[in-house]
Amino acid sequence: MLTGTIFNIKRYALHDGPGIRTTVFLKGCPLECWWCHNPESQAPETELLVRANRCTRCGACVEICPQDAIYLEATTSMTDRTRCERCGRCVEICFSGARDLAGREISLVELLREIERDTPFYDTSGGGVTFSGGEPLLQAEFLAAALRACREWEIHTVVDTCGYAPWEAFEGLRRDVQLFLYDLKLLDDDRHVRYTGVSNALILRNLRILSERGARIIVRVPLIPGVNDDVESLQQLGAFMASLPQRHPVELLRYHDIAGAKYAALGREYLLAGVPVPAPEALEAVCRTLEACGIEVRLPQ
Amino acid sequence: MPMTERVRLLRQQSLDTRETLSAERAELLTAFYRQQTGLRSTQVQRAEAFAYLLEHKTVCINPGELIVGEKGPAPKAAPTFPELCCHSLEDLDILNAREKTAFEVSPETRQVYAGDIIPYWRGKSMRELLFQEMTPEWVAAYKAGIFTEFMEQRAPGHTVMDDKIYHEGLLDFQARIDVQLAALDYFNDSEAYARQEQLKAMRIAAGALIRFAERHAVEALRLAAVEANPQRKAELLHIAEVCTHVPAHAPRDFWEALQMYWFVHLGVTMELNTWDAFCPGRLDQHLQPFYERGIAEATLTREGAEELLQCFWVKFNNQPAPPKVGVTAAESGTYTDFAQINIGGVRPDGSDGVNEVSYLLLDVVEEMRLLQPSTSLQVSKKNPDRFIKRAARILRTGFGQPSLFNADLIAQELVRMGKSVTDARCGGSSGCVEVGAFGKENYNLTGYFNLPKVLELTLNNGMDPRTGAQLGLATGDPRSFQTMEALLDAFARQVRYFVDIKVRGNAVIERLYARYMPCPFLSLLIDDCITTGKDYHDGGARYNTTYIQGVGLGTMADALTALQYHVFDKRTLSTGELLAALAQNFEGEERLRQRLLQRTPKYGNDDDYADGLMTRVFEIYYDAIEGRPNTKGGRYQINLLPTTCHIYFGSVTGATPDGRLATTPLSEGISPVQGMDRHGPTAAVRSAAKMDHVRTGGTLLNQKFTPQVLAGEEGLDRLVQLVRGYFNLDGHHIQFNVVDAATLRAAQRNPEQYRNLIVRVAGYSDYFCDLSEALQEEIIARTAHEGL
Repeated sequence: MLTGTIFNIKRYALHDGPGIRTTVFLKGCPLECWWCHNPESQAPETELLVRANRCTRCGACVEICPQDAIYLEATTSMTDRTRCERCGRCVEICFSGARDLAGREISLVELLREIERDTPFYDTSGGGVTFSGGEPLLQAEFLAAALRACREWEIHTVVDTCGYAPWEAFEGLRRDVQLFLYDLKLLDDDRHVRYTGVSNALILRNLRILSERGARIIVRVPLIPGVNDDVESLQQLGAFMASLPQRHPVELLRYHDIAGAKYAALGREYLLAGVPVPAPEALEAVCRTLEACGIEVRLPQ
Repeated sequence: MPMTERVRLLRQQSLDTRETLSAERAELLTAFYRQQTGLRSTQVQRAEAFAYLLEHKTVCINPGELIVGEKGPAPKAAPTFPELCCHSLEDLDILNAREKTAFEVSPETRQVYAGDIIPYWRGKSMRELLFQEMTPEWVAAYKAGIFTEFMEQRAPGHTVMDDKIYHEGLLDFQARIDVQLAALDYFNDSEAYARQEQLKAMRIAAGALIRFAERHAVEALRLAAVEANPQRKAELLHIAEVCTHVPAHAPRDFWEALQMYWFVHLGVTMELNTWDAFCPGRLDQHLQPFYERGIAEATLTREGAEELLQCFWVKFNNQPAPPKVGVTAAESGTYTDFAQINIGGVRPDGSDGVNEVSYLLLDVVEEMRLLQPSTSLQVSKKNPDRFIKRAARILRTGFGQPSLFNADLIAQELVRMGKSVTDARCGGSSGCVEVGAFGKENYNLTGYFNLPKVLELTLNNGMDPRTGAQLGLATGDPRSFQTMEALLDAFARQVRYFVDIKVRGNAVIERLYARYMPCPFLSLLIDDCITTGKDYHDGGARYNTTYIQGVGLGTMADALTALQYHVFDKRTLSTGELLAALAQNFEGEERLRQRLLQRTPKYGNDDDYADGLMTRVFEIYYDAIEGRPNTKGGRYQINLLPTTCHIYFGSVTGATPDGRLATTPLSEGISPVQGMDRHGPTAAVRSAAKMDHVRTGGTLLNQKFTPQVLAGEEGLDRLVQLVRGYFNLDGHHIQFNVVDAATLRAAQRNPEQYRNLIVRVAGYSDYFCDLSEALQEEIIARTAHEGL
């Protein structure tokens, strides 16, 4: 029986492709982008989230933890993550919702049942399913099987990918993907390595081949202040896109800083803390730079 | 089109005028009855009383207005109906002083009540008679808050005008009456005399309204004679001409059509304080021929039509709902009187009913932003998306209108109840969400039914823990129930028991109205009262439906789910432990309460576990009511809506197994428990669609969105597609609040700055600041769906 690891299923998703969609978030990502707004998506294994602001210090988690990993501090419960085995007992008992486990195993059949539920709305809106992450191609076999089944059920399929996967993984499923949302961050490889942890060579190569094979692609660019919103980075990006076999539109994703709290909940540091959210006018300039390269640009809602 | 100065002033006047209680109608009626000496039939006497009122009441033509006539002596001066409910001095003081939905009572009014009205009507009103006639079981259940009684302060209403008044004047109605009178068969029909009296009464009532219009014509001429402004003078002269022509004759143009309806509306709502204020129904279809002809003949412009409609809108807003007290005020705590203009849908032949006037009406709704009249979109699969999107644009601004109804399903519901296809297509929704065949049906809402309270009694073996009284059946100690089925069976028996009490009471109340409160004017308008010679209250209508409105379905679903999940499936909780916690309102049991709230499947998340129990409750309620005969030759049906009754019912219901604390609100309509639908709007509406809406006479589903979700063209498109999806699943009605919690909190802190903030409550919209605090909190607590 095929199973995958997901950390969320979101229905009535409006910004992950056409129409009303169900977005399935698969867990695990080969990249570790500084700005990632779903940091719980990165590790492939289950993780414990603790939202300190919701903790009522009731002490139920301290009592129940079999590892004695939890203790109370002045305002919140604390977890010694070196002892925590992520058994989830504290999550079950935590009624204030301060504790949560990110990541659960799901069988293919169970997942398809969930996806199928909103068919009445896919039908009225031209929507469907979007597989996002993390990086969905990290679970290539599971993803391919899910896509195949969705296509057999006439459900429109979108894959939101960072592009960092062996080409064989793409080859194994591309025919069942009706639209790729392909994330592209930086063309400068040194900076790409710095901000995401990996080289962009594989990402660019896969995008070129997909384009060559006729895939429908929207390139999504998260605009991160001070990282890739300078004219040079944008011109490099525009020039690369102009060199692809097909002309693909670019969708800009606005940077926002609401992810900070999630990093804290995971006991991690948010490297972009304090970076201001750019003014809407800044997007206009970005648009013009890319359009000058002959690229169709779509702005976020 | 931006509002003209005239409309701006009329609208502002309507907004600024405070609601007052007028003793004029009560005084006139009392004077009429005091001078009655001879014997005459009740029908004729009621018609003569109606004629007396219309002959003597103050005629009011407000400066600048084009459509004329007020129910009271002035805008927002609400008449009273002492023959139905004679307010005591204490009632008047409460009405005058209460914080929400108050009516100013002047010292003079109070004096008239003390000296004249109360002494005459005490012991003679319908309300007193009604309570006297009820059984002790009925009174006990009523007092415990198991059900409410619609007819204790207001008359049966719930009907809507069809197109006949645009083809025939009241003189034509009288001619039809004369034909019926001439054809009465005194040899073979033992009812011939009764029919004769009813027909005579209707004839008198028709003449009374013609005379009432004539008095307006005279007043307009008088005003014209002293008017300095030549334009206004010409308008007044035209008003005089209009009021001379309608309602005696069929209207000839757009202006006369609106004035025709308005006179009829006033007639119905002055004769009795019928529930749901009457309504023009399918106004876009009724007006279309007048509009098209006016445009074609160049006697009307779009702007002119719009201004007339705006003036028409103000007239509705000038009429607050009749002053209500006690339980009736609690179950329907609003100034709104529930006129619900239907836009769109299909034509009688089944073709797409959207026309130019449909869009014109939506423009007016957007421009006027008034509490009344309410509007609804009748969405058929035959209507274009453009039509729904136009309405969604208005919804996005946070104004809770228009509400959205599934026109194709409504026709199906009506046909299932026995209407002809054509009558069903001419019908629609009215009041909150209830359906009827317009112009041909008496569809009476008779009271709300508190489902969670009945569960509370079931869990206490028929005893009401609030009072210790044994109200229900002894269906067994629930601790002895080994299965969920045993519990559901006990609950079903209790529901049936209280429905029986209610239906028995209704059987008496229906006869009281038929015998003592005939309504010859309303009967004129509703087929087939003229042909049968029978009153609207006495089965004269072609169709006669009685509704009992179930409340708290979401609370019920979650309460039963908690029992099933923790007690019977997981066996981690015993019934005894749960009952002990409920008895203490979860005091010292917060962990258990949180487990029930947070770690239990909930209705509204497309989870079959909880939704399955929702449908069980639906079927139990349906089985107890559906198809039972009423006394008018019709049958009982269910609908599921609360108005504001979920607050009142919550206040008398103890803690429930879903983790709800005692006295807090129940869920409203068929909406999930506030804040418990956490998987987005598609999951919520799929849950709601799991019941069989076809077998109801209306269900009410509210959803709340943050404004960001509806941003942009795409946000609107998605909303349209969501609605289409729900209606494809046979959902009956859906309505949206588009306002964020921060705005509502700000309005609570500074009501003065948010006096005009209108939100969707349950089947109607209301000023947020006029809502009780409990209801304000309830609306804030509803889940706001956000986009990803």
